[in-house]
Amino acid sequence: MAKYKMHILICGGTGCKSSNSLQIIENFQKALAEKGLSNDVQVIKTGCFGFCERGPIVKIMPDNTFYTQVKPEDVERIVNEHIIKGRKVPDLLYTNPENKEHVSDSKHMDFYKKQIRIALRNCGFVDPENIEECISRGGYEALGKCLTEMTPEQVIAEVKASGLRGRGGAGFPTGLKWELCAKNHADQKYVICNADEGDPGAFMDRSILEGDPNSIVEAMAICGYAIGATKGLVYIRAEYPLAIERLKIAIRQAREYGLLGEDILGSGFNFDIELRYGAGAFVCGEETALIHSMEGQRGEPTLKPPFPAVSGYMGKPSNVNNVETFANVPVIITKGAEWFSSIGTEKSKGTKVFALAGQINNVGLIEVPMGITLREIIYEIGGGIKNGRQFKAVQTGGPSGGCLTAKHLDTAIDYDSLVAAGSMMGSGGMVVMDETSCMPAIAKFYLEFTCEESCGKCSPCRIGNKRLCEILEKITDGRGTMDDLQELRNLAAVIKDTALCGLGQTSPNPVLSTLDNFWDEYVEHVVDKKCRAGVCKKLMSYVIDRDKCIGCGKCAKGCPVEAISRTDYTAPGNKLASMVIDSTKCIKCGACINNCKFGAISIK
Amino acid sequence: MTKVKSLADLKAMREKLQSNLDIREKAENPESLVQIKVAMATCGIAAGAKQVMEHMMQKADELGIAAVFTQTGCMGYCHAEPTLEVRVPGKDPIVFGYVDNNRADEILTKYVQNGELVEGIIPVNYETIDK
Amino acid sequence: MINLTIDNKPIQVPEGTTILKAARMNGIDIPTLCHFELDGMNFENKPGGCRVCVVEVKGRRNLAPACATDVMEGMEVLTHSARVINARKTVVELILSDHPNDCLQCEKNGDCELQSLTKRLGIKEIPFKGETSTYRKDSTLSVYRDMDKCVMCRRCETMCNKFQTVGALSGVNRGFQAVVAPAFEQNLGDSSCINCGQCVQVCPVGALTLVDNIADVMAAIADPTKKVVVQTAPAVRVALGEEFGMKPGEIVTGKMAAALRRLGFDQVYDTDWSADLTIMEEGTELLGRLKKALAGEEVKLPMFTSCCPAWVAFYEKNFPDLLEYPSTAKSPQGMFGAVAKNYLAPKLGVKREDLVVVSIMPFLAKKSERAREELSVNGDADVNFTLSTRELAHMIRQCNLDLNDMPEEDFDSPLGQSTGAAVIFGATGGVMEAALRTAYEVHTGKKLPRIDFEETRGFQGIKEATIDFDGFPLKIAVAYSLGNARKLMEQVREGNPNGYHFIEVMACPGGCIGGAGQPYHHGNSDIIRKRMEATYREDAGKPIRKSHENPEIIAIYKEYYGEPCGHLSHEQLHTHYFDRSDKVEATK
Repeated sequence: MAKYKMHILICGGTGCKSSNSLQIIENFQKALAEKGLSNDVQVIKTGCFGFCERGPIVKIMPDNTFYTQVKPEDVERIVNEHIIKGRKVPDLLYTNPENKEHVSDSKHMDFYKKQIRIALRNCGFVDPENIEECISRGGYEALGKCLTEMTPEQVIAEVKASGLRGRGGAGFPTGLKWELCAKNHADQKYVICNADEGDPGAFMDRSILEGDPNSIVEAMAICGYAIGATKGLVYIRAEYPLAIERLKIAIRQAREYGLLGEDILGSGFNFDIELRYGAGAFVCGEETALIHSMEGQRGEPTLKPPFPAVSGYMGKPSNVNNVETFANVPVIITKGAEWFSSIGTEKSKGTKVFALAGQINNVGLIEVPMGITLREIIYEIGGGIKNGRQFKAVQTGGPSGGCLTAKHLDTAIDYDSLVAAGSMMGSGGMVVMDETSCMPAIAKFYLEFTCEESCGKCSPCRIGNKRLCEILEKITDGRGTMDDLQELRNLAAVIKDTALCGLGQTSPNPVLSTLDNFWDEYVEHVVDKKCRAGVCKKLMSYVIDRDKCIGCGKCAKGCPVEAISRTDYTAPGNKLASMVIDSTKCIKCGACINNCKFGAISIK
Repeated sequence: MTKVKSLADLKAMREKLQSNLDIREKAENPESLVQIKVAMATCGIAAGAKQVMEHMMQKADELGIAAVFTQTGCMGYCHAEPTLEVRVPGKDPIVFGYVDNNRADEILTKYVQNGELVEGIIPVNYETIDK
Repeated sequence: MINLTIDNKPIQVPEGTTILKAARMNGIDIPTLCHFELDGMNFENKPGGCRVCVVEVKGRRNLAPACATDVMEGMEVLTHSARVINARKTVVELILSDHPNDCLQCEKNGDCELQSLTKRLGIKEIPFKGETSTYRKDSTLSVYRDMDKCVMCRRCETMCNKFQTVGALSGVNRGFQAVVAPAFEQNLGDSSCINCGQCVQVCPVGALTLVDNIADVMAAIADPTKKVVVQTAPAVRVALGEEFGMKPGEIVTGKMAAALRRLGFDQVYDTDWSADLTIMEEGTELLGRLKKALAGEEVKLPMFTSCCPAWVAFYEKNFPDLLEYPSTAKSPQGMFGAVAKNYLAPKLGVKREDLVVVSIMPFLAKKSERAREELSVNGDADVNFTLSTRELAHMIRQCNLDLNDMPEEDFDSPLGQSTGAAVIFGATGGVMEAALRTAYEVHTGKKLPRIDFEETRGFQGIKEATIDFDGFPLKIAVAYSLGNARKLMEQVREGNPNGYHFIEVMACPGGCIGGAGQPYHHGNSDIIRKRMEATYREDAGKPIRKSHENPEIIAIYKEYYGEPCGHLSHEQLHTHYFDRSDKVEATK
């Protein structure tokens, strides 16, 4: 059979799939068949490319052409122009927002320039449902190397030397964790993959599982070999159907190829993986809660010690790592600890995947070396703030993290610098905010989330977070006092100091960091009763400038609650008396502003 | 489907499978490879460009030349089809005309491998399709 | 040994000790709320959830829960630094901010651990105002649930799931809405609950309380058309005194009888009397089964005791395949009711409907047992009302009486005389010992060489022994807690590999003396120990210590029942069991 001359890679990740990428794939196959090109051009459904802002993504190889926001109806054009005539379709190329130039090649896109893709190495490159593509990229060779050339101790030593730390949030050294578990002897041990990605807006683990499930299968087997476990369990949320499907395919194929199961690669080592589904509770990302959930118990944390390395799943020594952590492992084995540790900062090695979101031009999934600055991420990779607005804050670490400001933009980010700045790495959520964000309201938003997701076991988290939320509500409603700010700070500090698990201990971070960095804004809310971002509706009032108002009355007609009436004041030069808004009736819907052609209505 | 029985098996399998991904692997770093662009417009196809490209790809494989083959549109030398542009790393691109299987072999063995010039060079004043 | 300092005081404790225990061993009492331990009875609840016991540990980032943090060499612990006091107060203020704080009307007023904690920390106001969580109120015949008051200490859950293995209660919902409830928040009565009431006994606040029947009893006493008689269970007399400031373990039998008379009961009888009757029936049943077994006949062994109603409910719900194993003898409460309504009523010259039988019981499960349909005739229950020890204390106080001032009085006859064998019914192993005393002498026709069976006594969860029945090795086992009972039942299900003949089960810690209707012990297991000591003291002091020697028992067989396990006794003193496993299956 003749070799394919071209590959068309189409993102089949959850994001692009929801923008109809499967239809695009179908259209490509149809169009190619019609033109008799099915044997020349291969269509591949891949995992996420990361540039979700402009999905669905279609990449043509070997031309390395990167088409964005492709619609199913664009397929015919791509086939006729690009595939047949070799001419790129300019309007589907990425446009640099600054100079409006088309960029055809992803390597030259700012979004990709500063990225180093280790964990995401195969995402958007291989067909995740075909283990052979993974193998041809060197997949499972790290496992092979471990099983045939290394002792378990050497594997652990290599992971330790790499400086890899847990990517789930807390940053515990992975090699040390493996070592602790390896030390405990038991008839059965477990390797557990935490795929219960729960931070709102975070989707790195999902993308890895969707784009490169084999890397996780391989890494879990490596871990099993290192710690002496023959069983692997993936705790994955049921809301990730695509990731589950791809993982199941990968496990099935790995078994067929003898890369899972008994006597793997003739080494005598046995390992197999099963899936366990979570119901999507944030707290089940905490490893003890996760283990309880897997055991069929209520998903709530218990005190450590005992650590899972001593008594984990079913009371047996267990090692829990998250998806992204595992994704790094095979590369560390094949390329060596030295190579890996050459990337990153002194105490944080390698790369980190972030889910870039918020008021930023290039929303998406990025993998950057540790030590990169927020400025590089936001302004270079992220393409700056949307609509040319001012940067105000960036929230890292999800609901457990904090808000950093412009003064932190040049901080080299790693586990420790983020904590020092009052936030945390977390699993890698990164939400960029501009001046239209109100910080007390942001703090309230995150607190509402932790209130929902608290398991309710310990009093500080169960009741304390609720009270924090209520105080924040008071503040954003304009009922707050300076005493409330004091209480907010004290309560937040006590919750941090007394809560049982990581969720509760970090839940006050959004409050504390916004209090620290945006104190003025809080004071404005409680003293001046003002929200500068214009977010807190109860602090806004709509006012008609009686001299600008010509008295046309359009505002009153459009008011749904009849809050606008005519005064007896007629501005000089006008024929009709001006209008006035009764603030006690006004629901701040904004209809009047939209109806006023004379700019007479403003928000105060 | 047979099971992979050892690390050596796995590596052998990788070798065998690797060429399937060549197109993608090579596209990641085209600068370091020989890039061959084949004009594949109607005129080129009519003159046999498709067949020449297939032949050349196979030959390059045989010779162990790491080359990226891409199709482009008409280069404007319809009189000399099939035409193709060869860019050897570190050198200016050269366009060859009237390329049949024999000349394709020559281009690979003489020009690409040994730097010798081959018949059929079309003088430079052209613009590539990318621009 | 581990060296550490607590509040700058150098101390030494064994490895594996928690900071809380280390502090208490050294006279430093760190306050707790969720932590609850019954020392020596294999019950500990330490979810580390309330965070009241937090202490400062030098070098640690956050505060540590003393109840769940083990000491470490060189540890420096501060239990009352400004940081700790502020955190502890804030945590309790938070708990109070989600509490109804209706202390004056609360069942637990004066006996509430949250109340004393608040007082101890000097909390005068609650700085947090906000939403309070509210839940549907729910009740069985024994247990009343007002989860608005729940502080999520999870003691009830641990008791229900770990100690009793009943599995009726667990944490449901998340965050602020989190609460302990039956699965799917169904009614407790529709769950696998067996009404042992131990959840009530361990609840630190008023979230779980008993169902109060004082008013019903008062009304009956006030009704001139009714004759009201009362029976008091063995374990009540060794605990009631605690409610009146007496030391645990004081025996108040005579004072209690006097108080009951003053409360207006027409006759004051003793459940101890019917405990002796129970031994006659149950002992005879056991011997009957043994005889058949020795003759090679098909018979269900081991025989289980059946006097604990929580235990009866437990095997009806969990072991419907083994319903033929327990003795068919009614419980002493049930037997008393039957005798009162059938034998006593005509003697007293009243119709059965006009004789109101009240029982004073150390458990709450008796309130549910009383209502079982098979223990009534034409809708008239054999026992009309059941009060717990605590309710009796309330009633005594309500009627302006003080137990301390009561004279010693005797029970009325003919259902008032009892033996030492009946007295020990209140402690784990007591029913077994009482049965052995009688069964031995009846079976062998010989006098017991020794009357005290030490092997059945004490707080061990499961006790086993082989008793020499004049050459026949009788294998027995005694268990308290339904978790232990479950282990034995599972053995029976697997074919009784240990060859037991007779097994005694009581649901509550230490037996009825640790019953859910007894004065709150707040986790002080010494109180239960003292009650047990009192029980054996009372037994030792009794002139007659074997049930079959009780003259009133001998008399009633002669006069009325003929013989144990005879036709009439079978009709009145024995019962049958039902498969109630559907309620357990539904929640699985």
